[in-house]
Amino acid sequence: MNKMQEQFAYFEHVSDIGVIGRGQKLTDAFVAAAAAMFAIMAAPESLNETLAVEIRFTESDKELALVTWLNRLLAEARVHGAVFRRFELEQEGDSYVGKAYGCTWNDSIPRGTEVKGATLTALSVKQDETGWEARCVVDV
Amino acid sequence: MDLTKLNPLSETCWTIPRSSGEKRAEVKLFADRQLLSDMDEKVREQILNVAQLPGLVGAAMTMPDAHWGYGFPIGGVAAFDPDKGGIISAGGVGFDISCGIRCLRTNLNLGELAPKAAQLADELFRAIPAGVGEEGEIKLGPAQIDEVMLHGANWALARGYGEAEDLQFIEENGCVRGADPRQVSDLAKKRQRGEMGTLGSGNHYLEVQVVERIFDNKAAQAFGLQEGQVVVSIHCGSRGLGHQIGTDYLVSLAKAASRLGVHLPDRELACAPINSDEGQQYLGAMNAAINCALANRQILTHLTREVFAEVLPHSRLETLFDVSHNTCKQETHEVEGRKRHLYVHRKGATRAFPPGHGALPERYRTAGQPVIIGGSMGTGSYVLAGMHDNPAFASASHGAGRSMSRHAALKRWHGRELIAELAGRDILIRTQSMRGAAEEAPGAYKDVDRVAEATEMAGLAKRVAFLRPKVCIKG
Repeated sequence: MNKMQEQFAYFEHVSDIGVIGRGQKLTDAFVAAAAAMFAIMAAPESLNETLAVEIRFTESDKELALVTWLNRLLAEARVHGAVFRRFELEQEGDSYVGKAYGCTWNDSIPRGTEVKGATLTALSVKQDETGWEARCVVDV
Repeated sequence: MDLTKLNPLSETCWTIPRSSGEKRAEVKLFADRQLLSDMDEKVREQILNVAQLPGLVGAAMTMPDAHWGYGFPIGGVAAFDPDKGGIISAGGVGFDISCGIRCLRTNLNLGELAPKAAQLADELFRAIPAGVGEEGEIKLGPAQIDEVMLHGANWALARGYGEAEDLQFIEENGCVRGADPRQVSDLAKKRQRGEMGTLGSGNHYLEVQVVERIFDNKAAQAFGLQEGQVVVSIHCGSRGLGHQIGTDYLVSLAKAASRLGVHLPDRELACAPINSDEGQQYLGAMNAAINCALANRQILTHLTREVFAEVLPHSRLETLFDVSHNTCKQETHEVEGRKRHLYVHRKGATRAFPPGHGALPERYRTAGQPVIIGGSMGTGSYVLAGMHDNPAFASASHGAGRSMSRHAALKRWHGRELIAELAGRDILIRTQSMRGAAEEAPGAYKDVDRVAEATEMAGLAKRVAFLRPKVCIKG
């Protein structure tokens, strides 16, 4: 298990899947949540990094920022026919700039389950003494 | 679910008593005692939230297959009056707008299918794009996607996908009014570029099934069903376009609600008054996605027919019916003796018009609307018929309903072993995803027989036929 996989986890939801990302910074937690979500679709170790996509958005609400980040990644992945394995995100005030790295789908990638979208269900972005935790249910 | 918090109104209808001072509408949960006690506590929480929304007419309701969703529970039904401040909710429709089932009856019987089943499974798996990351042969630009959104299944038919007779057996004859492509983002259109004629993933499937049991001979005759007959069911929705519309409006309506004076008990209900600009925008976009889903299932029907024609050349596949189960539709219902124009949300619930309803094709006028309860790939599905005096704005169950999380299912089953076990029971699975197969293990679902029986006992829809899966293409 790599460092990124240690920082993400899942929680129970009967029909869909709950994703959790943790990190020292808010953006680290968002990055880990993205890794959790994309690992549902394909194992990260099965992917190459032949594609990079930049994502920019502005959102003042931290919880909605998580949902926006995850959904923008899903949309960009679909538009590019791609799947991502590594993520970067920087925050300045309400503005976020991120990057996702991965590859286009090909027959060598074992398929997981498609994620349709990140929802507002069980949505929370919290900070405690150990760092940040970001979670929500994603619809599959 | 803790039954001590519920009051039974009948064997299959329960309510949640209001505490003193609690301001909300009535709640009705349709299910038998066993289904309810196995149901997630979150269903209760979520339907209580729905009961607090403005403009709700009658009760907020759940169907026998209900389970924890997002916004509304899956299996949630709620009708709103636009003239009473009623709302439309993106969380009440979901991401997979107009997800539904197209059921095709064939002129084949099990004896004819059996020797060709493996070949049919392989060819269907080759021809039907299924699974995450898979695209179809059809590539569309934004202007063409606008046409899909405006014309629905008619768009597909005009391009040679399907037969003209299909349209009369699709809800709204294959094209819902009120679609407004201007309310759909460019990103949503881009996402749909290669997704027409694709099945998707998760609980979506294409199944070849056999009618194993007839419950109602008269209705079965109207539906053209008999024991031993082969049918095909296609379960999928509006693909990336619907997912992106859901995404766009879930956040924008969550933000708009407070600005528009709508108190949300939970912001996942993301809604706006139907008569507001925001409500109308979502309605236009959602209707556009419904048409996209209807076109998608029309294309998949065509691809299925092509495969059958190749493997079983004398086969004939006719559309029995096409029902959507993630929608909000404007309908007229009689409430306390008065006809009212309402917006009925069905989130994981099927419309079930009664016999005689004007929207039904002539062939089904006497029997009632075909209702399809899709089961798991190892158990079976049901065809039912709409009943008079349905107590839930002409709604019924849509599936077996999950009883176990995907995470728990992954711990318990392995895809390859499961597929081998089902093959031992003459059920052939073809899938891109071993993970997906494990998540969709039949044991992760409720007892579909119990769901169908409770649906009938509650007066929602009566059982007509039970379908046993023989071939299942999973995403």
